[in-house]
Amino acid sequence: MKAVWSIAKKELMTYFTSPIAYTVIAIFVLLSGFFYYSLVWWFNTQAMQMARNPYYFQQININQMVFAPLFHNLSIVLLLMLPLVSMRLFSEEKKLGTEELLFTSPVSVTQIIMGKYLASLIVLFTMLFLSAVPTFFAFVYGNPELAPYLLGYLGLFLLGAAFLGLGVFWSALTENQIVSAVLTFGTLLLFWVISWAAYSVRGFWHDVLNYLSFFEHFDGMTKGVLDTTDLVYYLSFAFFGLFLTHSVIQFRRWR
Amino acid sequence: MIEIEQLTKKYGELVAIRDLSFKVEEGRIWGLLGPNAAGKTTTMRILTGYLPATAGRAFVAGYDVFEQTDQVKKSIGYLPENVPLYTEMTVESYLGFVAELKKVPRHRKKAAVDRAIEIAGLQSVRKRLIKNISRGYKQRTGIAQALIHNPKVIILDEPTIGLDPAQIKEIRDLIKSLKGEHTVMLSTHILAEVKEVCDGVVIINEGRLMASGSLEELARSFSENDGVYLKLDRVDREVLGVFQQLPGLKSASVEGSEIKLEWPWGQDLRTRVLKLCLEKNLEIKEMRSLAMNIEELYLRIVSGGMEQ
Repeated sequence: MKAVWSIAKKELMTYFTSPIAYTVIAIFVLLSGFFYYSLVWWFNTQAMQMARNPYYFQQININQMVFAPLFHNLSIVLLLMLPLVSMRLFSEEKKLGTEELLFTSPVSVTQIIMGKYLASLIVLFTMLFLSAVPTFFAFVYGNPELAPYLLGYLGLFLLGAAFLGLGVFWSALTENQIVSAVLTFGTLLLFWVISWAAYSVRGFWHDVLNYLSFFEHFDGMTKGVLDTTDLVYYLSFAFFGLFLTHSVIQFRRWR
Repeated sequence: MIEIEQLTKKYGELVAIRDLSFKVEEGRIWGLLGPNAAGKTTTMRILTGYLPATAGRAFVAGYDVFEQTDQVKKSIGYLPENVPLYTEMTVESYLGFVAELKKVPRHRKKAAVDRAIEIAGLQSVRKRLIKNISRGYKQRTGIAQALIHNPKVIILDEPTIGLDPAQIKEIRDLIKSLKGEHTVMLSTHILAEVKEVCDGVVIINEGRLMASGSLEELARSFSENDGVYLKLDRVDREVLGVFQQLPGLKSASVEGSEIKLEWPWGQDLRTRVLKLCLEKNLEIKEMRSLAMNIEELYLRIVSGGMEQ
């Protein structure tokens, strides 16, 4: 565990001495602030109009009207930005030749992977936490439900964790950071839209394709529904990415 | 301290090293010599646990490289050919990170970093970012990194490549200072380096062992006699006659403008030759060893394929 933390610390240090982490976090927070602001503005105008009609006024719900769309928007921004967080994890080691230092040190490949992954999760957490700060005011001036709100952020975190797991895998395959980012982005997009293909088939394959899609699992969480299959999906997706990374690294050395 | 038995490594069809066996005694500095693509880096990568071998056995500090890999990794300091530096870190924080990687206990980490910085002479750059320091300092940082956990064995892959002559000298002195406390193995294709720094060499070519031993042993195995070439202010029959009377001398002859004196291995007549010259009032312009120099030896061994 100490070795994992040593590696994570070093990764974080690299993230925050280079402009990558700052840029990604700043842009993410900025976009999220913009989405939040426009959604709240739209919500306000809707609320004013609906206030004339008591029936509609009962229907109005800040969780549904502001947070659910916000989470959807943020999930897409994550898809665009997390490949930039994961791209350097192994690619840079390869390029700098520091891979040889890591693999000739008395630490296991699993510890190295976990250390790097942990560092990227901390960056993700920072992104989400900072972007959430403006939404705290919704609790000061309104009364949204806390559970769906928290569940939405948990969903974003799990989604991001799955993205990063896949990103680590691609970064272990190439020494070029851009290639690593593009491959991650492409694969994520494919998993995003894979449910479209589900419409054209029926039965078993329909279910499989639907299950594989990020979308299907994220929807429930933004609505405040916690389903264990969604949790299992994200966690196993991340685990699978890390497992493949381990296999790739071992295979390269032992072939 | 380092022992390799019948080591073979294949990359697919390509055989990088074949049936390689050699031994390095504790506290010595040993050179691994060979032309490019001879298998030097592969051998070192196997010893450090970076690559597995196809067949054979290897031991470092008494541990089996393939069975007790973690123990081996703890006892080795390794400087790969591409110095593994995180350019965005400062020298100090980089060494601290390596100390953690090499499992230096937390309470000794600072002392270990300070010690490595002192040995490698990095005091003046310890707070600077690695990307901003000179090539020579980068190389020193690489060596400091290999020393950080005070390993028994230090493996250096081409430690002086790409440096200017002054830097090369500094690095060589640094390596020489490691002798005794550490066992050092370094690869190089600069022969002068071997002569200056190493106690002995392993010469490999195309993945095969060509020769191994101390420099003197190698020199002996290639010529029957020890001796000198002597360049004097004059060369004639009379002078030659003077030397022929020297006891213990095997032969004296004239080669070009020089006199060649030969005697059997094990005795050294140099001082007596000098005294004789002084007595007979002969002015010495130059005197050099007859024994093959390292360049000649290397070329003979690598091209001739003579097995030791």
